[in-house]
Amino acid sequence: MFNLVYKLYNASAILIEWPQQINTDILHDILAFKAKLQAGNFINIKYLNHAYASLLIHYDALNFDVAIEQQKLKDVYKSVTSKNVSEQTLWKIPVCYDLDFGIDLKALALEKQMDVGAIIERHSKPIYTVFFIGFLPGFLYLGGLEKRLFTPRKATPRLAINEGAVAIGGEQTGIYPTKSPGGWHIIGNSPIRFFDVLKEVPCFVKAGDCIQFRPVNLKTHQDIKTLVDAGVYQIESEVLHG
Amino acid sequence: MVDVLRAGFYTSIQDTGRVGYQHYGVPVSGTMDARAALLANTLLGNTADAAVLEITMSGPKLQFEVNTAIAITGANISPMLNGKRIINNHRINIEKGDILSFGKLVSGFRSYLSVYEGFQTDAIFGSRSMYQGITKSRTITKGDTLQIQQTHKANTKHFASLKIDDAYLNTSTLGVFKGPEFDKLPRTKQEQLFKQTFTVAKENNRMAYQFEEAIANTLDAILTAPVTVGTVQLTPSGKLIALMKDCQTTGGYPRVLQLSEAAIHILAQKITGNSLRFKL
Repeated sequence: MFNLVYKLYNASAILIEWPQQINTDILHDILAFKAKLQAGNFINIKYLNHAYASLLIHYDALNFDVAIEQQKLKDVYKSVTSKNVSEQTLWKIPVCYDLDFGIDLKALALEKQMDVGAIIERHSKPIYTVFFIGFLPGFLYLGGLEKRLFTPRKATPRLAINEGAVAIGGEQTGIYPTKSPGGWHIIGNSPIRFFDVLKEVPCFVKAGDCIQFRPVNLKTHQDIKTLVDAGVYQIESEVLHG
Repeated sequence: MVDVLRAGFYTSIQDTGRVGYQHYGVPVSGTMDARAALLANTLLGNTADAAVLEITMSGPKLQFEVNTAIAITGANISPMLNGKRIINNHRINIEKGDILSFGKLVSGFRSYLSVYEGFQTDAIFGSRSMYQGITKSRTITKGDTLQIQQTHKANTKHFASLKIDDAYLNTSTLGVFKGPEFDKLPRTKQEQLFKQTFTVAKENNRMAYQFEEAIANTLDAILTAPVTVGTVQLTPSGKLIALMKDCQTTGGYPRVLQLSEAAIHILAQKITGNSLRFKL
């Protein structure tokens, strides 16, 4: 149980704030609360959107009374337990750290006074937690980057970063799901598609899941990409137990 | 079917938006001035979520291949049917072969064109709203053919008289709520937000409207948090940015204000250089 702050956000939305930290206990509490709300009979809730330590609840504007809804939320929160969280999956994501893809790897290695191999090892070792999806459709906010890899964003962002680029920005690492401008340092590329408009569930990863990067060579990257494009690649995964 | 002979500056299909996919990072999208779009649909007896054309600043040139009915609302971009001036906020019957074009921008910035039963372009995640990366294209282009229904005369409804109040197009006051980080601003900055006039910067589009004037920003970045349409962020350089329909789902700048629904409609009709004030 955390001490939550409830704020009216606009004429039909309530923002709930947890202590402002990046912390998996807070993430799991948010997910449990969200699951409980989704499972309950709250027909006037239009949609929910969360980030590291807050949850924004959008209501049907024609059927909204802030005092009533706030009280309902407080009552629901009292009954939230970690059991409310759905199953979590660990996804093994292939990444090619070849210098053809990892265009900033050499510069990063120089700056960190590490060799390229050490950066790859430190990046592919941890199990990252998916806190939420934002910024771009299918862009995962991952927690768990090793401190030594923290790197301030580039002063001048690149105008175009390729789909699948794996990058480090500040205290975070992530994968660009689509071609986009961006100021992060690019260290590799994943052939996996993180956002697919043709699928009913456009992103296979959900908040609370975990990610681990599995280094692959150029040839394997190409082979996997072919299978992904054909829609037949099976991403390696395992179910995690709390 | 409607043939696009000319696309105009930025013309896109929009509806009430893509709700319920925000946890995948998908923007809500939809009509910037939802009030005008609703009126355009209501004039034809369409449902509120029927897809319309959002026309920005300069209009397209369209040829209709079927009999239908249209209504144009929002900005006045001097619409013409077969070269003859027609008026906004009225149902207009269209015959096969008719050509709709636009002229000079007279008022507002975004105009809405509804057709009988709405445009029937592809729906993705429950919405036809165009957005790069979700729909095939982000605007209509010359040579496109847009699918629409044909009207049968018996179906045509008529509104004998409908009083339309378009005064909001000329309003310069934006009604706001305090944003989640408003209270962290020093008193003087809070007051400045409501005393000062803000000018729409040239950086304004479906994603966000930036303002020229800076407010010395003493706030730190926040832990990335949810944002929504109408959220007004304060950037490190002290510029205010009002997020609009194609905005991201999360953000890291302090959220100092939140526009009311009506204020979003008003702002959607503003153009670079327009002056505005915020009012609690």
